[in-house]
Parts: sequence; C-alpha cells; structure tokens
Amino acid sequence: MTDQQHLQAITDIKRLMERSSRFISLSGLSGISAGISGLIGAYIARMWLVEYYTRWETSGAYSDTDFRTLKYRLIALALAVLAAALAAGTFFTWRKARQNNLPIWDLTARKVLINTAIPLAAGGAFIAGLLFNHLETLVAPTCLVFYGLAIINASKYTLPDVRYLGICETILGIVNLFYLRKGLYFWAIGFGLLHIIYGALMWWKYERKKTI
Amino acid sequence: MNPIGNLNKVFESRIRLGVMSVLMVNEEVNFNDLKQMLEVTDGNLASHLNTLEENGYLKVHKGFIGRKTNTTYAITAAGEKAFKGHLAALEHMIKFTK
Repeated sequence: MTDQQHLQAITDIKRLMERSSRFISLSGLSGISAGISGLIGAYIARMWLVEYYTRWETSGAYSDTDFRTLKYRLIALALAVLAAALAAGTFFTWRKARQNNLPIWDLTARKVLINTAIPLAAGGAFIAGLLFNHLETLVAPTCLVFYGLAIINASKYTLPDVRYLGICETILGIVNLFYLRKGLYFWAIGFGLLHIIYGALMWWKYERKKTI
Repeated sequence: MNPIGNLNKVFESRIRLGVMSVLMVNEEVNFNDLKQMLEVTDGNLASHLNTLEENGYLKVHKGFIGRKTNTTYAITAAGEKAFKGHLAALEHMIKFTK
C-alpha cells in the first residue's frame, strides 16, 4: 500500500465514524420555522387569554365552564403548534439531507428521535399529571425544562451546538418557576425566540456558504 | 522494526475497515444500517462480515422484530484492539515516510 492509500483509509475511517454517530442534516431553517410557529401560537394564546380575562371582568365572576373551554383550547393550540413545528422542521431537514445526498432516515436519525422522545414522553406524562391536579401554572416551566433536557440528551447524536439550546431552555424553565403567572411569555421566549436565534446561528455556521 | 508488519491484513479491504469504523462508535448496528452506511450490496457485506466474525472481531446477535430477522453486530474486545493497532500502524507509516 502507498502513502496515498493510507491517508485515504484514515479519511474513510474518520468519515464513517462521524457519519454513523451523528445526524448532521438538522437544518437551521428547521429551528427558525419551529420558532415562528411557536411565536404565532403564543400570540393566539395571548388573544384567547385576554378575551377570557375580559369576560371575567365584565361578568364579575369566575366561570368554571369558561376556564375549562380555555384550557382545552390551549391544549389543542399547543398540539397544533407542535405539529406545525415538526412538519416544517422535518421539511427543511429533509431538504438539507437531500442536498447533501444523505438519507434522512437512518441509524443516526433514529437515535436522535429516540433520545429526544424518552425525556419528552416523561415530560408529557408529568404534565398530564399536573393538569389532573389542577396545577396549570406549572405546565409552561415543566414543558421548557423537559424539552431542554430532551435536547441535551439528543445532542450527543446530532450537531453538538444543540446542547446549548437545551441548556438555555432548561434554565429558562427554571427561571419561569419563580415567575409563575408569566408562563406564556417564557413559552414565547423558549419555543419562539430561542429557536429562531439558534436556527439563525446554525444556518449561518453550517449552511450559509452552500446556499449562496 | 518494520511498520508494515503491524498493518492488519484483515483491514486491507475498505468495506471491512468501514464496518469496524462504524462499530467503534456504535454499540450495536444491524445489517441494514451497515448496508446503508457503507453503500454495499447484501452479498458483499455478508461475506466481509463473515471474515470479521471468523477473526473474532465481531459478535453477531440474531434476533427478531416481529417475524423479520434482525441481525445485529457489535465489536469484540479483540476487534477493538486490532482496529486500534491498525490505526496506530497507519499513523506511524504516514509520519515516518514523509
């Protein structure tokens, strides 16, 4: 074997080690689109909340049915935002994978998904428990903390920068615990703003050159 | 010392070297994932996996997902040692032939 072949062997080894352990197709645009869905959702939620409190003020009394309607509408909205964010996020990541001639669904994609899903499922069950016990004010901080931990967990299998997003989300959730009535603002910052900032930074760092 | 003597003959094949690279960083990988990662055909991959198994570098685990067979591969301690030795030899050769 010649020197050239040895170098080629080392390059192959390095490429395969990286390619089989990290999902690198995650697009910054996925973060931006998820953040925009989050902000739109927060805006709609705020309109509904204002409407709810105005009705409370004008009628002068707390209404149980009003509260229950609001609660279910907000849960439905949260699910719709999640679906929109996932759909848009998947689209941009699929596009990036295709541009780089990489499969979108492989060993590494599966690892990212499973390692995000485990803490998220735990968080989902935890939140169901909070709702069951009428601890609605704790929902927003709990979402942020579990989501942050889920991302930190998945960061081992994708772009390592994702870790910082996870840390920010977790801290934001904990801070939210000390400002309980401001959950929606923390939600908007965590799921909207942070995603947009993160997505823009990632796009700038990894994708800018290829697009221009 | 002759550094070429340290290069492992088993790893002369790019596919076998590729299999070992993937298994170094993943606990367990199934046949289809290996095939997708290395972009090779079934038969080709199977024969290289056999060679690696015969050398004691791979552990093979035959399982089922539903009715489909799901064969997974993991690296053995001997495989890890051999791979690292091969890498060191490659590195050595590049350093000292310059």
